[in-house]
Amino acid sequence: MKSNNYMEVKFKAESVNESFARVCVASFCLPLNPTIDEINDIKTAVSEAVTNCVVHAYPKSVGDVVVRVEFDNNDVVISVSDEGVGIKDFQRAREPFYTTKPEEERSGMGFAVMESFMDDVQLQKNGEKGLKVVLRKTLRRGALSKQLC
Amino acid sequence: MKLKSRIYNGTLYVLLCGELDEHSASYVREEMDKAFSSGIFKQIIIDLSELEFMDSTGIGVLIGRYKKMKDRSIPIYICNPSSHAEKIFKMTGLYELMPKIV
Repeated sequence: MKSNNYMEVKFKAESVNESFARVCVASFCLPLNPTIDEINDIKTAVSEAVTNCVVHAYPKSVGDVVVRVEFDNNDVVISVSDEGVGIKDFQRAREPFYTTKPEEERSGMGFAVMESFMDDVQLQKNGEKGLKVVLRKTLRRGALSKQLC
Repeated sequence: MKLKSRIYNGTLYVLLCGELDEHSASYVREEMDKAFSSGIFKQIIIDLSELEFMDSTGIGVLIGRYKKMKDRSIPIYICNPSSHAEKIFKMTGLYELMPKIV
């Protein structure tokens, strides 16, 4: 019942929607019986990925962000996609403290936080342009209860 | 997001309430700078007991305030972080700039 369930939301790449995005994803994950720590990790990682779209993807006009969440047994797989300017150097973007906007007091820790809080983080091109961040987390308690049953 | 501040015995206490993310960052930055530039104090304590959420945008805001106060030789301390905020602080090394006090 739990596997293969999914949901997708699309919203404008504006900071006011960050809270909606993380709460929306967290709510969808509740049937997998996550711990509070796991939910906080997921909310933070989603917030980082959406912030990246809001701050970097659309420098000239505001475009869309698509967040898709899919269950893969006890893994939660979240993709956050935009159709913006993309990232030229994935390796560089993942380096802690690297930011293209140091004048804006940015920590440059967005991808480092995602990597620290999730089990796997992939950066991909989203079609012709844009970026897709794919976040994966295994929910331990859900996996444990499944083994016990 | 709300911010409350008061000076007591030479310490500026700042209470952050709500969610600190990209959307609230400019407000927090502005209000903290206002609080930091009014009155006389020797140190700053940022109380996070009512902070419900924070991501790395919050780290950027705090490091920015640290740099400003470093020029004035005023230390900043963190108190009452949630376990979630603590995880981000430890991961990013923020406690090396703003030590945690009990």
